[in-house]
Amino acid sequence: MLRKDFFFWGTIACAVTVMAFIALPLVQLLTAPSLEMLKETILDKDVLNSIELSLTAAGVAALISFILGTPLAYLLARHEFHGKRLVEGIIDLPIIIPHPVVGIAILSVAGRNHWFGQILSEWGIRIMGSVTGIITVMTFVAIPFYIKAAKEGFDAVSPRLENVSRSLGASMTSTFFRITFPLAWRSMLAGIIMASARAISEFGAVVIVAYHPMIAPVMIYERFETYGLKYSQPVAVWLIGICLLLFLLLRTLTTKQKNQHDLR
Amino acid sequence: MISVENLHIDLGEFHLRDITFEVEENEFFIIMGPSGSGKTILLETIAGLIQPKTGRIKIGAEEITHLPPEKRGISIVYQDYALFPHLTVVENIRYGLHFSKENKAAGENHLRELLTLLNLEGLERRYPETLSGGEQQRVAMARALVVNPKILLLDEPLSALDPRLREEFRLLLKQLQQNTTATILMVTHDFSEALALGGRGAVMNDGRIEQTGSMEDIFQRPVSTMVSNFVGMKNLFAVTLKNETATIEGLQIQLGHSYRDGHRFIAIRPEDIVLSAEQLQSSMRNSFSGQIVRIISQGFYYEIHIEVNKTSFCALVTKGALVEMELQEGKEIFLFFKSTAIHTF
Repeated sequence: MLRKDFFFWGTIACAVTVMAFIALPLVQLLTAPSLEMLKETILDKDVLNSIELSLTAAGVAALISFILGTPLAYLLARHEFHGKRLVEGIIDLPIIIPHPVVGIAILSVAGRNHWFGQILSEWGIRIMGSVTGIITVMTFVAIPFYIKAAKEGFDAVSPRLENVSRSLGASMTSTFFRITFPLAWRSMLAGIIMASARAISEFGAVVIVAYHPMIAPVMIYERFETYGLKYSQPVAVWLIGICLLLFLLLRTLTTKQKNQHDLR
Repeated sequence: MISVENLHIDLGEFHLRDITFEVEENEFFIIMGPSGSGKTILLETIAGLIQPKTGRIKIGAEEITHLPPEKRGISIVYQDYALFPHLTVVENIRYGLHFSKENKAAGENHLRELLTLLNLEGLERRYPETLSGGEQQRVAMARALVVNPKILLLDEPLSALDPRLREEFRLLLKQLQQNTTATILMVTHDFSEALALGGRGAVMNDGRIEQTGSMEDIFQRPVSTMVSNFVGMKNLFAVTLKNETATIEGLQIQLGHSYRDGHRFIAIRPEDIVLSAEQLQSSMRNSFSGQIVRIISQGFYYEIHIEVNKTSFCALVTKGALVEMELQEGKEIFLFFKSTAIHTF
């Protein structure tokens, strides 16, 4: 039995404050627009397009993170090398840097004055004001989350399992697909969900690289600026609804993993 | 069969130096040493999982030093068994067959045989997490053996088992030696375990091999203080040797046999020292009287520490003997040992 002293009530008070702080604005936002307005909003072609763009761009960003990030995550989980801390530090950078700075940094590399930008324009790739630009920015901010989750997954797979597999005649590639991947895929999937959630929520960096085509957060911002709170709310509700769905999916997946561990 | 020549390995803080030994075909060879001496690293290097800095590993006439692990035909069973948690027992065992060139039917037959031999029938569809330690170990053994390895590496196979299962495992090992053609290399930190299993072996310390030879030889004739400590030689003395006599601080011990030049130590196993309350008429060349300074319980045995002229000897007695002889701290007692029980190095 916990002794109900000052410390106990102090912790309870803080917990309630934090819960209220997070939940109150969200509940208010979700309940503010009428059902009619919500319906009207989702029937608006511009809104639909922006949400669709947000989802597909974030999906592609997560997919790129998965393809490029998996080998790097594996490398970090399995090998010690000089400069590993530096590599991990670089991976963390997108989390630390202010979002508009990310947009500006990407534009400064993709611009015509930079050799990289010149190569891109020779290939006909445009970053400024394009879907490619949106995906680039989203990948930039999302990939750290994927790499961290995947690395954690690989860390949890004992290298001895891979050693045994090799000694039984499996090549490293077979070993990865037969042993490592089946044991780490939950973490990788959780990483993909985290990365896409992060990509969907990005505003500051995207708005600098591409105001148009409009992703959902930019549209919410625009409606707020032009028409006020009331008109931005329904779009926000739809976006939040989708993010919550992703979040729930993540939670169910990770809890399932924990339950499996308990069995062992 | 396997020969390891001048192996040098650097792995983080571990450094293995100048590892050289040979194991005959179908032999049972035990690598011993305290934890941290580099035994598991040596096994992993033989399996091809760690690349040595210099040196060679050969199987027969074929050099395998730079062969990837999957091409060596060497199976490894880890201390924690490392069963694939997402595969059932039978899938675990079948794993290596996916990569084997042997025909499918022969492989499946072998798998059935191993299930019977290792008493795993009925567990086929279970997952590793639902198995007991002993069962997990047998699955790991079956998985390692199904591919007909030329060499089977066992990493501390007994340390995670309770004593009852250890006996079972010893029997199993004997059985396996008769049933397979694999040469078995085993690692242990426990010398008594190695002695019970017999065969030949090597003692490792601090990344080097201290001694190679038969268990009996290592036990009776350790070549260094480290080995004699490791094999449990409690009575270890720095001495002056002259004319078949060893002198420890004025105490003269008759060796009754010659010794090599440069030897500076003698060692006597505690179980070779006989205690008696009175002077005995016996053929034993060395007899001393001393005082019991300490009695330490070791479970079934008692360690009796006796001081003779400031030199401390250690003898082992059973609880029965302890009571019968009324041994207690401070009591005067006689101790005897044969000159053949004295080992010099």
